[in-house]
Amino acid sequence: MNTVMSFKRFLALLVSRNKEFIRDRSSLSWNILMPVLIVAGFSFAFSGDIAKQYKVGVINKAAATDIASEFLQLKHIEFYPVESDREVVSRAISKVQRHQVDLLLDAEKNQYWINTESPKGYLVEKILLGTKSSDFTRQTVSGKQIRYIDWVIPGILSMNMMFSALFGVGFVIVRYRKNGMLKRLKATPITAFEYLSAQVVSRLMLIILVTAFVFYGTHYFVGFVMNGSHFNLFLVFALGSLSMISLGLIIAARISSEETAGGLLNLFSWPMMFFSGVWFSLEGAAPIMQSIAEIFPLTHVTASARAIMIDGAELADISYHLVVLLVQSVAFLLFGAWLFKWD
Amino acid sequence: MATDLLQIKNLVKHYPSVKAVNGIDITLQAGICFGLLGPNGAGKTTTVEILEGINSATSGEILYKGQPLGDQFRKEAGIMFQSTALQDFITVRETLTMFSQFYPQHADLDQLILRCNLTEYLDQDNRQLSGGQRQRLLLAIALVNNPDIIFLDEPTTGLDPQARRNFWNLINDIKEEGKTIVLTTHYMDEAYSLCDEIAIMDHGKIIAQGTPKSLLEENFNDVILQLPESELQDIDLSMYTIHKRNSYIEITTCDVNEAVSFLNKNNVSLSKLQIRPRTLDDLFLELTGKELRA
Repeated sequence: MNTVMSFKRFLALLVSRNKEFIRDRSSLSWNILMPVLIVAGFSFAFSGDIAKQYKVGVINKAAATDIASEFLQLKHIEFYPVESDREVVSRAISKVQRHQVDLLLDAEKNQYWINTESPKGYLVEKILLGTKSSDFTRQTVSGKQIRYIDWVIPGILSMNMMFSALFGVGFVIVRYRKNGMLKRLKATPITAFEYLSAQVVSRLMLIILVTAFVFYGTHYFVGFVMNGSHFNLFLVFALGSLSMISLGLIIAARISSEETAGGLLNLFSWPMMFFSGVWFSLEGAAPIMQSIAEIFPLTHVTASARAIMIDGAELADISYHLVVLLVQSVAFLLFGAWLFKWD
Repeated sequence: MATDLLQIKNLVKHYPSVKAVNGIDITLQAGICFGLLGPNGAGKTTTVEILEGINSATSGEILYKGQPLGDQFRKEAGIMFQSTALQDFITVRETLTMFSQFYPQHADLDQLILRCNLTEYLDQDNRQLSGGQRQRLLLAIALVNNPDIIFLDEPTTGLDPQARRNFWNLINDIKEEGKTIVLTTHYMDEAYSLCDEIAIMDHGKIIAQGTPKSLLEENFNDVILQLPESELQDIDLSMYTIHKRNSYIEITTCDVNEAVSFLNKNNVSLSKLQIRPRTLDDLFLELTGKELRA
């Protein structure tokens, strides 16, 4: 009787698939280059001083009153000079109207323009008016700064993993179904379970290898915070990859059109990319959006990786995310295998 | 004594809009080369795919060595599809090794490579193979499990004449080993040259079955006289059955002497006269009313 799982057949498929991926130079280099380029781009964009929070135009800076001078000494506000010429002032006021400048100050006359609909304008106005009051006792803390680049890197690594998992498995299976390769395999003693397992394991190995390469390469060239255990991070990425590869199997289970598969893969990957906390924190987002984000595996991978890398979290601290990823992996795998058709 | 290797009983395959296979019965004896012929849409590929276990039948029964198709059949059958993609970025050697690992027992790969004339291309990427090389590799894959029955679905379509002849030699070698072959083809000369028995399908049914020779003898007792159309202008040929083929007129007759006398009497030059026996092409045209490649 033909067994459901023969290790010899599984290994033959696995080796063959790995060779195909490694020899496909364009695909391999894209998998490695894309996250490096994104991280390099961010690193460049956020290098140097911390971005100024507010932008204030200053007329008659040289003749500033004492109170105006005190305001002009404040940090993290970008002050730029505005000539007192009527036309220039008029253009600067237009910028305030368009939220391009948060406040316009005439330093000589202690007069300012503010857009009442601008939240940043509201805050910088409070700063301007509160400059003289300092009845609070100052307490100071110190610590290594967490830059945006440190915060965003776990998300970028996870996102790259997601694209590689979904498209790497989804497109390959659909392409082989379309060109008849799967039909040829169906005519052999290969079982669906062996074929799918080989695809999952192959992609899992390659994602982990590529992610490790990108992780250490980026760490060497750009440098980022890594306060947790590398092994714990490996576990999170392995489980996250498994979950997202399995999701790719569901998408590719029956489709034989690459266009349809591409559309469906985008339908899954783009919302995940934007609403899984990769680029911005979901704290403060609408409750409905936070609930939807819980469904996405990427949310749990990103949150876990970030907790390990930034906060040095242990597995127990991220156990909720790990359990969700494990349940999703098993559920997606079983459903994908059940749906799978050779032709 | 010949044994029945494959028995097909009242096979039916209906799709929502078409009856692709409409009740066919075939019995294949071990060691023969069986040809399934038919125009496009006749149902032969559907039939073969059901026999290969790739497609399912609406009804009917298929027995391999007396048992329904199952694991034993998958291990003992070799299949060469009409069009199969091969894995990209993998060499010929690696492809054969991979397929050989799928079976509990496999053929000696070195011998298989020699037989299918693949030695020169062993380390070549599948994507870089020519049509003939690719077909030989697909045949080698079909033979990798040392099968008892081999399905070849239009194996020489798209090959140049020399590559076709080489492929025929390969199939004849396999036949000599006593393997059973099921061949579908568009080429009548191929069927005539390779097949011990043929079945002609049209509209999902078998309309004729037997050895190529017996089918021709049963259906024809006449010959064809071919002459350039230009030689026969203004000649009344209404007493003969004629066909126009390219720039030639074909006159069908049971009495060559009488026909030649008629042509002489009408001062037709016979310098370009050709007389040929009936072929499977003629039989096909006779039975289906269609050119085989239509």
